[in-house]
Amino acid sequence: MTPHPDTTTPQPDALKVEHLDVVYRVGRHERRVLSDLSFTIRRGESYGLVGESGCGKSTAAFAAIRYLALNGRVSAGRILVDGRDLMALSPAELRALRTQSVSMVYQDPGRALNPTIRIGRQMAEVFEVAQGLKPRQAHEQAAQMLARVQIPTPERAMANYPHELSGGMQQRVVIAMALSINPALLILDEPTTGLDATVEAEVLDLVSRLHGEFNNSILFISHSLPVVARMCDRVGVLYAGELVEEGPAASVFTDPRHPYTVGLLRCVPAYGRRKSHGRLETIPGFLPAPGSITGRCVFVDRCGNATDRCRSAVPPRVELGGRMARCFYPERAPDLPHTAQAPAQALAAAAPRAAQPLLRVRSLSKTYQVAGKPFQAVNHMEFDLWAGETLGLVGESGSGKSSLAKLLLGLSIPDSGGRIELGGEALAPDTAARTAAQHKALQIVFQNPGSALNRSQTVRRLIGRSLRLVGLFGRARETRLLELADSVRLTPRHLDEKPRQLSGGLKQRVGIARAFAGGPALVVCDEPTSALDVSVQSAILNLLVDLQAEQQVSYIFISHDLNVVHYLSDRIAVLYLGRLLEIGPAEAVFSGAHHPYTEALLSANPAAATHANRIRLQGELPSALNLPSGCVFQTRCPRKIGRICEDQEPPLLDAGFGHAIRCHIPAAELKGAQLTPDAPAPGIDVPPPSSPHP
Amino acid sequence: MSIARERLRAAAHSATLITGLAILVVWIVCALFGSAITPFDPYADNLLSTLASPSAAHWFGTDQLGRDIFSRVIMGARDILIVAPLATLLGTVLGTTLGLCIGYLRGPLDDVVSRVIEAIQALPLIIVALMALAAVGTSNATVVLVIGFVFTPLIARTVRAAVLVERDQDYVAAARLRGDGRLSIMFIEILPNVLPIALVEMTVRLGYAIFFVASLSFLGFGIQPPSADWGIAIAENYSLIGSYWWTVLFDAAATASLVIGVNLVTDGLKSVVDA
Repeated sequence: MTPHPDTTTPQPDALKVEHLDVVYRVGRHERRVLSDLSFTIRRGESYGLVGESGCGKSTAAFAAIRYLALNGRVSAGRILVDGRDLMALSPAELRALRTQSVSMVYQDPGRALNPTIRIGRQMAEVFEVAQGLKPRQAHEQAAQMLARVQIPTPERAMANYPHELSGGMQQRVVIAMALSINPALLILDEPTTGLDATVEAEVLDLVSRLHGEFNNSILFISHSLPVVARMCDRVGVLYAGELVEEGPAASVFTDPRHPYTVGLLRCVPAYGRRKSHGRLETIPGFLPAPGSITGRCVFVDRCGNATDRCRSAVPPRVELGGRMARCFYPERAPDLPHTAQAPAQALAAAAPRAAQPLLRVRSLSKTYQVAGKPFQAVNHMEFDLWAGETLGLVGESGSGKSSLAKLLLGLSIPDSGGRIELGGEALAPDTAARTAAQHKALQIVFQNPGSALNRSQTVRRLIGRSLRLVGLFGRARETRLLELADSVRLTPRHLDEKPRQLSGGLKQRVGIARAFAGGPALVVCDEPTSALDVSVQSAILNLLVDLQAEQQVSYIFISHDLNVVHYLSDRIAVLYLGRLLEIGPAEAVFSGAHHPYTEALLSANPAAATHANRIRLQGELPSALNLPSGCVFQTRCPRKIGRICEDQEPPLLDAGFGHAIRCHIPAAELKGAQLTPDAPAPGIDVPPPSSPHP
Repeated sequence: MSIARERLRAAAHSATLITGLAILVVWIVCALFGSAITPFDPYADNLLSTLASPSAAHWFGTDQLGRDIFSRVIMGARDILIVAPLATLLGTVLGTTLGLCIGYLRGPLDDVVSRVIEAIQALPLIIVALMALAAVGTSNATVVLVIGFVFTPLIARTVRAAVLVERDQDYVAAARLRGDGRLSIMFIEILPNVLPIALVEMTVRLGYAIFFVASLSFLGFGIQPPSADWGIAIAENYSLIGSYWWTVLFDAAATASLVIGVNLVTDGLKSVVDA
C-alpha cells in the first residue's frame, strides 16, 4: 500500500495531543479525567486507544474534536489537528474543521442516524454542506460512497429509513458519511461493540480496507485488545486518565512494558484455553476514581511489581526506543507475578457422568405472533445436559439463545408438544406452576446486573429474599447469607449497600449469590460478563468455575464471545435462527469438523490468529418471519452444495463422540475441506489482502 | 455519600424548593395556629364598620358584615389545607394501587380499565365532581371522597406507565423465578421503584386539588359556611368587586399563593429526584 506520506512531504501530523488535562465539574468539585496525555497520530497512521471503561478513552476522542460535555473543559495542554491549535479556533473555524477535516463514528449507529430522514437525504446532506454540491450531484456522490462501503444496493438503501437497515448496514452508512468528506482524521469510538461477531468482522475488514484506500489517519477507540491489535499500527493504553504505555501494536501486545497492559492481556481467555487449564488471571482491586490519585503511580494499588518508590513518586514517561511506558520498572513488566495458580485438582478431575441427564429437552419450540404472522424464535430444540456439566450456547443475536433460556426458566410459555425434564421430573411450562424445589434447582444469572437487581433493596435483602425459599429465617438465615456473600467474594461491608453503590462486577457477584442461594442444580448464565470489563470478566468466570467445582452445578452458558464459551463449556450448541445447527463436546466443535456457520463464527474471532483463509458470510441474516426454504443457513452458506440445500432441511447428523452437525455435507467431508488452510471452499469471497499493516 | 443525603443536599440548594416550602409553611402555620394569631375574631360581626377599606387597624379591610378580612384569610387556610391534601392522598393511594395492578397484570383488565380512564379524562372533571356532590350531599368528607375518586384514574395512568417499564426489568423475572406471588412482586419489588414517580404526581395533584376545592366552594358545593374559606368568601363578595375590591382580592391572592407554593415545591422536588 501507499507509504506514509510524512516521510516525503513535510505535512503536519493528523493529530497531536500535548500534555492534555481534561477536568469534569461534578457538583462543586473538579475531577481530572485525563492528565498529562500526549500522543501523536501521523498521517496515514491508525492509532488505537485501549483501556477499560472509565479510563478516559471517549473523553480523549471528544476532546480531539473539542466537543466535550458541558461540564468538561480542557484545563491544560494543546490539541493540534492537522497542525492547527484546536483551542485557538473561532467557532466558525471549528465548524469548518469538523465538516472538512475530522469525522467521528460512534458506538451506536442507530443513534448516530436521524430516524426520521431517509438514508439518501442524510448522506447527500454531507456532500451539500461540506462540498457545496447541488442536490443531484450530492445524491450521485452519496450512492458511490455507499457502494464503496460495500452496501450491495445503494439506491435501495438510500430510499430506506435507518430503522429499516440492520445494525451492520447502519454502521456502514455512518462510516460512509464519515469518509465522504475524506477527513484527515477519522475517529472511531467503539465502532463494533454493539454488533454481532460475524458483522463485527465484516465492519473491521471494511475499515481496514478503506484505510488502505483513503489513507486517512485513524484514531480507533476500543476496550477490546484483539480488535485494536488487528486494526492499528500503534496503540496507547489508557489507565485512569493516563497513557501508561504506547508503542507499535505488535510490540505492545507481544512484549508489554507496563504491568497494566500485562494484566489486561493475561485476563482475556486466550484462544483455545479451557477451564481445565486453570483459572484466569485477574487484575486485583478497582479502578480509582478519576483524579483521586496524586503524587504516586496511578496503578500502584493493583500492581504486583509496586515498590515504595512507586508509592511516593509519579513515574516518568520512560522512552524505550520508539515506545514508551510510564513505569519505574518497565523491564520487570513481563515478570509480573501471576494471580492464578496451577489448575486446581477439582477442576482437573472431570466428574463421571450420571446415568440420567439432569436436563432433558425434547421438541421444544416457541412461536410468537408478529403482526399476524408466525415467528419461530425456537424450533424443535432437543438436547441433554448432565450434572456438573456446562453447555455453551453460541449464536448471533436473533439466533434464539435468550428465547431458549426463557423457555427453560418458564418465563415464557413454549408451544405445546415440547417437554422439559429436570432431574427426571417434567417441568411445568410456567414458572408460577413449578414447585419450590424446582425454583431452587433452576436459577439464572442475568446479562445486565443493573436491571437484574432491584435498586430499592440492599444487598442483604436482595440475597435474603432468595434465602426465604430455602426456609431459613433469623440467625440461620444470617449465617447462610454471610456464607453466600463470602463464596462470591463479597465483604460484609457490601451487604448494607444498594446496587447503585456497587461496581458492575460487584453487582454481578450479588446476582450470582442470589442464583446460588437455594443450592441450584442448573444455573442459566445469560451473557453474564458481556457488560463487564475484561479484568472483571475474568474474576467472574473464575468464580463461576469455582462454584461449579464446589457444588457440581450445571451451567447453560450463553455468550457471543467464543473464547469465553470455549473456556467455560464442556459441550457447545450452535444456534441459528432458532435452530440447533451443531452440538457436541467443546473440543470437537472447536477443532472440527464444523458446521459452515460455526466455521464462519470461529473465523470472525479477532483473537484467532489466522486471517488468511477467513470465511465471510454473504448477505444479511434472513428475517425470521420469512425463513429460507430447506436449510435455514443456505442463503449465506459459503459451502452450499446445490438444490438439496434449498429443498430439504438437513438432519442433525452424528459426527461421532456425541458431536452432531445439521448439514447435508457429511462430517468427514466438511473436516477435509476445513483442514486445508490455503484452499478456501468454492463460493467463498476471498478478501483482497487489504490490511496495509499485517 | 448515600443517595438520600445527596438528594437532601441538592434540595437544600434548590431556590425553587425553598421558596415553595416557605410559602407552604406560612399557610400551614396559619391553618394550625390561626385562632392564636388573628388580630380579631374572624367570625365576629361588626355592623358599625362594614366594608371598611384597608387601614392600620384592619390591614385587609372588612367585609359586608364588618368581619376583619385579614383574620378571615388566616383562618381560611384551615379547611382547604385539610380537605385538599386528604383528597390528594386518597387519590394517590387508590391511583397507585390501581396503576400497579393494571400495569403489572396487563391483559383484558388493563385494556378495559385503561379505556375507562381515557374516557374519564375526556370529561370536564369539575362537572363530574359537581354532579357527584349534588347526588351524595356536600360536606368536607364527601368533598375528600369525590376529589379522591376523580384523581384516582389520573394518578393510575402515570403509575401504570412507570410500572410498564419496571415489569420488564430482570429483577422482576428473578422474583418470579424464586416463586414470589403477584402481590409480593407488585407491592414489595415494584412499588418502591415507582413510589418517587407517584409522590411527584401527588404534589402535582395537590396543586390541582387546592384549586378544585376552592372552585367547588365558590360554587357552593365545597366547604360550607360558616367556614372562613377563601372560595366561599370570593363567592359571597364577588358582586362587590367594582367598589370594594379588598373583599375579594386577598382571598383570591391567598388561594393563588398556596397553589404557586405547591407548584414550586413540585418543580423543586422533580429536579431533585431527576438529579
